[in-house]
Amino acid sequence: MKKTINLIKRDRYLLLLVLPAFLLILLFNYIPMGGLLMAFENYSTKKGIFGSEFVGLENFKQFFSSIFAFRVIKNTFLLSFLNLLWGFPIPIIFALMLNELKNGPFKKVVQTVSYLPHFVSTVVIIGMMISMFDPNFGLVNVLRAKLGLDSIAFMSDASWFRTLFVGSEVWQNFGWNSIIYIAAIAGISQDLYEAAKIDGANRFQLAMKITLPSLVPTILTLFILNCGWMFSLGFEKVILMYSPGTYAVSDIISTYVYRKGILGADFGYATAIGLFNSLINVVILLSVNKISKKVKGVSIF
Amino acid sequence: MKEKTHRKIHWGHGVIVVILALIMIITLYPFLYTFSNSVSDPMATIRNEVYFWPKGFQLNTYKQVLQTKSFLTSYANTIWYTVVGTAVSTAVIFMASYPLSRKEFFLRKQLNTLFIITMYFSGGMVPLFIVVNRLGLYDSRWSIILPVAANVYYMIICRSFMDDIPDSMIESAKLDGANDLQILKNLILGVSKPVIAVLVLFNAVGYWNTYFNAVLYLPSTKLQPLQIYLNKLLVNNSVKGGGNAVGQMGLDASLNIHQFKYAAIMVTILPIICVYPFVQKYFVKGVMIGAVKG
Repeated sequence: MKKTINLIKRDRYLLLLVLPAFLLILLFNYIPMGGLLMAFENYSTKKGIFGSEFVGLENFKQFFSSIFAFRVIKNTFLLSFLNLLWGFPIPIIFALMLNELKNGPFKKVVQTVSYLPHFVSTVVIIGMMISMFDPNFGLVNVLRAKLGLDSIAFMSDASWFRTLFVGSEVWQNFGWNSIIYIAAIAGISQDLYEAAKIDGANRFQLAMKITLPSLVPTILTLFILNCGWMFSLGFEKVILMYSPGTYAVSDIISTYVYRKGILGADFGYATAIGLFNSLINVVILLSVNKISKKVKGVSIF
Repeated sequence: MKEKTHRKIHWGHGVIVVILALIMIITLYPFLYTFSNSVSDPMATIRNEVYFWPKGFQLNTYKQVLQTKSFLTSYANTIWYTVVGTAVSTAVIFMASYPLSRKEFFLRKQLNTLFIITMYFSGGMVPLFIVVNRLGLYDSRWSIILPVAANVYYMIICRSFMDDIPDSMIESAKLDGANDLQILKNLILGVSKPVIAVLVLFNAVGYWNTYFNAVLYLPSTKLQPLQIYLNKLLVNNSVKGGGNAVGQMGLDASLNIHQFKYAAIMVTILPIICVYPFVQKYFVKGVMIGAVKG
């Protein structure tokens, strides 16, 4: 006890410095975690979290027996999966292609331009999409009309939602996500390339036999991280992009939570679904981490 | 034989250059399209004649945007959120990162773990919404700043940077009788300028683009940021061809609503596009520092 008091005294300034961050994280991260209790309650705002009726797993049962459960889980998984399928390899390919260019103004301009969309807000991205894909005025449909094709209401057409969502996601982030690979490539020892060149390897072979294998640890680490964030991806964007007409393919777990919890004020029920979402995240992250540890010896924990 | 491989390589190189140039055009095109439509002759825009470069030139639409009171209010709000939010966040993160990087700090490990857990697990939207309400932050400007101020990812970036400051520097300052506050102010602050630039820029972009927290916590129009205004203008009224935007948002009925939208987008992204080329190296640096230990 006395030891602790002495430590506090010794580190008093360090404690003071970390205090604001500690309080903010306590208030906005840990107290809400306590609020997860609501998931097991028939929560009423009047009675509060400790006064509300405890209902066990009732909220979860209600969710899993509703017709929405399968739909939102499937949509969340599919959107995340498609995002990973397209969004993950493209930055690697982009970085490999950039590596083939000599250092110079063209390479620099390509890099700078490719990062730019990452800094533009989702609202603007969706706004530009709406104007370009508008059924009457949008560029795409104006061009289609010139080719004698019918106009398509892309943004409100359920069959186009996933394509537009994933396409714009890749467009916005491929350059930014390539930064780490570009840096990792820059760190590869030149001796490896020299040795391979003496053995008569051409540039394509160098890229496939040296650059790509050297990137494997980076690729795996990022793959784990991406899997961990998979089910929290692009939520704001879905809210901005979807409409009741596309719910069948666009409604994901977190947007459903938003409509039920915030707009519908069904707090206990929505918290339960949110908790389910968080748990999936953690399970996926830990499993991928474990698998990659076994297979390649790479892990983030 | 040798010559043949050589020619093959040359050919492959050309293809790569062409592909990269195409990627660059695809990346820039939506911005160019928006810009060209915003400055073209209004008739050219209405007739859908503007594909690439502007047709005609006028800045009247921009004048109209900058004379619209509701737009200016939200613009001023966003400037407030960006300036105050960036200052608060950067200060909180910078101050916390120092203790988290000091090996002798007795709570270092525990606090690091406590903070990092929040990157992977959270209470979710609804409990946070209730907490923000109970704290009396609903419909207050601080609801945009405080819940996101202590960003753990940025803390890791800053802490990793400080980990690389030699211990001997800090030890010798301690021997000279300086306490931790003095060391932070006189020593660490000076050598941490690059990482502070990273924090300021990441935070500033984040606050400039803030949208969803405002949807959750800010019902009052007079407090809402630019992104909410833009969304009302662009998304909600698109289907109705803009007729509603004019009525609902108190805009001048005579204006060309399509061009107004393009100009509003340009004014919104202008600060980012103007500052971005000069500061992008700091963003890259931030990713790099974060990647090592993230």
